[in-house]
Amino acid sequence: MTNKKVKVATVSLAGCFGCHMSFLDLDERLVDLVEHIQFDRSPLTDIEHCSSDCDIGLIEGGVCNSENVHTLREFRKNCKILVAVGACAINGGLPAMRNHISLEDCLNESYVDGIGVENAQIPSDVELPLLLDKVHPIHEVVKIDYFLPGCPPSADVFWKFLTDLLAGVEPSLPYELVHFD
Amino acid sequence: MQQFIRQLAQENDFQATRLLKILRAIQARYFYIPKAAIEQLALMLNISRTQIQNVIEFYSFFHLEPRGQFDILISNSITDLMVGQAELINYFAEKLGVKIGEVRADGVVSLNNTSCTGMCDQSLAGLVNGYAITHLTKSRIDEIVENVNKQLPLDQWSRDFFKVEDNIIKSGLLLNETPIKGAAIKATFARGLMETLTEVEKSGLRGRGGAGYTTAWKWKYCREENADQRYIICNADEGEPGTFKDRVILNAYADSVFEGMTVAAAIIGATQGFIYLRGEYLHLYEKLEAILVERRAANLLGKNILQNGFDFDIEICLGAGAYICGEESALIESLEGKAGIPRNRPPYPVISGYLNKPTSVNNVETFLAAANIAIHGGEWFAAFGTAKSKGTKIHSISGDCAKPGIYEYPFGVTVQTILDDCGATDVLGVQIGGPSGTFISNDEFQRKIAFEDLATGGSFIVFNNSRNILDIVHNFSHFFAHESCGFCTPCRVGTSLLKKQIDKIVEGHGSAGDIVALEELCQLIKNYSHCGLGQTAANPVLTTLERYPEIYQSMLKKISYEPGFDLDKSLETARRLANRDDAAAHLAQVEE
Amino acid sequence: MNKSIVIDGKNVPFEDGQTIMQAATAAGIYIPHLCHNPDFTPHGSCKLCTVKVNGRNCSACTFPASEGQNITNVTQELNDDREKITQMLFVEGNHFCPSCEKTGNCNLQAVAYHLGMTDNHFPHFFENREVDASHPDVMIDHNRCIFCTLCVRASQQVDGKDVFAISGRGIDKRLVVNSESGLLKDSDLEATDCAAHICPTGAILIKRTGYKVPIGQRIYDHSQIDTVTLANEGASHDE
Ligand SMILES: Cc1cc2nc3c(=O)[nH]c(=O)nc-3n(C[C@H](O)[C@H](O)[C@H](O)COP(=O)(O)O)c2cc1C
Ligand code: SF4
Ligand code: SF4
Ligand code: SF4
Ligand code: FES
Ligand code: FES
Repeated sequence: MTNKKVKVATVSLAGCFGCHMSFLDLDERLVDLVEHIQFDRSPLTDIEHCSSDCDIGLIEGGVCNSENVHTLREFRKNCKILVAVGACAINGGLPAMRNHISLEDCLNESYVDGIGVENAQIPSDVELPLLLDKVHPIHEVVKIDYFLPGCPPSADVFWKFLTDLLAGVEPSLPYELVHFD
Repeated sequence: MQQFIRQLAQENDFQATRLLKILRAIQARYFYIPKAAIEQLALMLNISRTQIQNVIEFYSFFHLEPRGQFDILISNSITDLMVGQAELINYFAEKLGVKIGEVRADGVVSLNNTSCTGMCDQSLAGLVNGYAITHLTKSRIDEIVENVNKQLPLDQWSRDFFKVEDNIIKSGLLLNETPIKGAAIKATFARGLMETLTEVEKSGLRGRGGAGYTTAWKWKYCREENADQRYIICNADEGEPGTFKDRVILNAYADSVFEGMTVAAAIIGATQGFIYLRGEYLHLYEKLEAILVERRAANLLGKNILQNGFDFDIEICLGAGAYICGEESALIESLEGKAGIPRNRPPYPVISGYLNKPTSVNNVETFLAAANIAIHGGEWFAAFGTAKSKGTKIHSISGDCAKPGIYEYPFGVTVQTILDDCGATDVLGVQIGGPSGTFISNDEFQRKIAFEDLATGGSFIVFNNSRNILDIVHNFSHFFAHESCGFCTPCRVGTSLLKKQIDKIVEGHGSAGDIVALEELCQLIKNYSHCGLGQTAANPVLTTLERYPEIYQSMLKKISYEPGFDLDKSLETARRLANRDDAAAHLAQVEE
Repeated sequence: MNKSIVIDGKNVPFEDGQTIMQAATAAGIYIPHLCHNPDFTPHGSCKLCTVKVNGRNCSACTFPASEGQNITNVTQELNDDREKITQMLFVEGNHFCPSCEKTGNCNLQAVAYHLGMTDNHFPHFFENREVDASHPDVMIDHNRCIFCTLCVRASQQVDGKDVFAISGRGIDKRLVVNSESGLLKDSDLEATDCAAHICPTGAILIKRTGYKVPIGQRIYDHSQIDTVTLANEGASHDE
């Protein structure tokens, strides 16, 4: 391994930050990790956009709106390896459970007919990203290189995956670390 | 209605095996199968309501919601599309004032697409209340719309609409013979049953339904299986798009087919036969019934046939719109009054078929050949054809040629000879054996029709250079996804995935990786499916991908990845609800 | 007497009438399967149990064992394809394991784990499917049904009832309930019926029992489906 630190970018799209929290569960192992990696764009840093030479992009959450699409594309463009992290990124997860309700009904319930709604109207502001009809897993929008299942994947999963990559071996998860829940 | 259903059930001896027949009658009378009818039938036939529900939902011609009093279906097979089906059905819909797939508000008429109706030489074709209509043009559509709006009963429509031509263009060994009324039965008993089986074996006759199993062996196994009853079934489901020769054989040579069944029954020891006639051939039903009546009167059917101490009769059973029912074990399920789901094999039908008794299922043309072989002997037949494919084969020729219709050739004929005879020029390729067969390019016209080279059930569709390969593949992929019975995972899910994948490529959303994904999916469906439908459903893609990789490549974007769904369309609802149309309210399918 | 077949190079005895699956299970060999359960007549629909018999693909759960069969079961090719068939089942339905009571005890999920599946590979159908919570003790979540017909067979063959059936054609297939309303509450299903407990996925669930065993301590959280299956199915069918 060269001395140059591996650049890791992370983001949460339509997710709950559960995967990021789980990543932080690495606790003291984080100290070892930052010997070898450096965070680029991530909620853990204040960097707003990916540098063009990121090595690994960790994506939490599925794609539910137009902004997610743009973000995902930015990651794909700038990261050599793109990883779908967690159930939501892999198959839409809990947010995708809205898929069996029409978007129109969803928005009406939230902004127009729902209990306790005041000043009923569906927001319309060019600053706001529009919602997609359905929540999609990220591999349906950009090419994904690895998938880390789990809701969230445990800290051990991150550890095993990243240390494999850093060691230059093809990452693989033992049975105990593969979970869809 | 209660009275009507009670009577129906009674006429059918309260037999659950007659469920399709009963449901056909209810559908014809009420334009759907009412819930109350299901409840009543379940009690009277002593089966569960879910079995009835399953049958209704399985077959395209049964409905849980009312269709129009005139239920019009337009065939959407590739040969129909080639004569402008898309434009004509839209014209029809517009003139009728009904959306495709729906029922007009007044309940008078409904319109929809349907799979190939076996009229490919007289496209555009369709069905009105189950009866075939042919040669649809705008002016004929106008007339139909008028009849419908006047609510003119079907029997008062001009007979012209329902005219179905035989179009026998080239007859050979079999079609040159006149319909047989007793001669084959006499010859069989005169020669002896086992001796006749030997003649059938000598003739080298192999099944004409596609798989090409040696007919004599099938009969022998069936005969040898210990049982108190055996059955003979004529497979007249003819659902492979582009095939219509069985329709013509049944219209012009029905006697010979029945005679072949009778000979087969005598040989295997069956007293009951069925002809499973696809629902689309309802127009043949009365004629065939009349011939059966004649044959009974002439003692060619019934008790002690021609004083040989042999009893046999034939019942005609109509299908209800399901291609899979051509598969022999699915056909048997259907005859038993169930959904047409292929059985697990072994055991094969010759061991355990209809009602778990030994059953021989043979194609219409197989029986036609067998009857003639019974008269003329095996060598007469075996003198024609090739080493492994004896005799002649009857072809249904359609598509881009001057003379579509029925052609009979000895096996071994080259594709080029057929193309010359039917007046096909500027040919791009030919689909041989229907969508489940092979697409051959114009480099391969010296290839021969025979089990050794190009095996076929008889579908021969010609495409000229103005046609687009991907349109053909698109049509066939949709056909298989629509017709998959849904029993096994690879075919149920796989054919739908394949349809989506082809749509994606045809619509120009394919990227480099999509061809690899396509091929991988095809292999999966082909290698893991339960029956012949799934095992051949990927053939249109596989055979064209092999021959025209560049056509697929040309449809791909020069990028490595394309989203699996239409991004901008996916924002449509949100745009409408938020009343926006600014730049940020749109998404490009690929990043600029 | 001593007839045998060969599975992955190993001699496996069988008796006439046994399927390849039965012979393999008795010999302690696991062949992945979902629609098969040794207590019921085989169905042969999921195709996960596909093995190569003398080079030809066959469903082990329905194909009779016979002398001279050289069978391969565990190969990269077969397991890769089994994984894809499993992925087909995942995209066809709506499987959100984190919110499914069956997670950790689900055979579909366990087979996926066993095959090393980490994503669903194919585009999702996201079809609308319903939930029938009408019955006081049992619920159906159609989003998770894989049409294995185990509930159908259990109801007919064990409970002596006929509560479930699969209806419809092709991709429109669905599980239906034998009651006039079509609802589970109007059927004669009882929570003690075998059919209420047999579902290999989370499509049929007994109410108020889902979280009795916490996630993390469930069957497949620590044991692979091959060991679990052989322990259950092998034992009950060895004499
Ligand atoms: C999906 C499918 C559809 C079929 N359709 C027909 C058909 O319409 N007519 C037919 O004779 N055979 C059809 N077959 C073949 C039958 O299963 C069976 O092999 C044939 O009827 C046997 O008759 P033969 O030996 O005279 O060919 C079909 C097979 C499959 C898998
Ligand atoms: S291959 Fe297709 S048609 Fe055949 S059993 Fe499977 S799902 Fe049904
Ligand atoms: S049924 Fe099994 S695979 Fe499906 S969501 Fe539940 S646990 Fe997951
Ligand atoms: S409900 Fe469960 S047991 Fe019944 S068919 Fe569906 S997956 Fe199988
Ligand atoms: S966002 Fe991580 S588990 Fe859902
Ligand atoms: S287990 Fe054999 S096909 Fe399902």
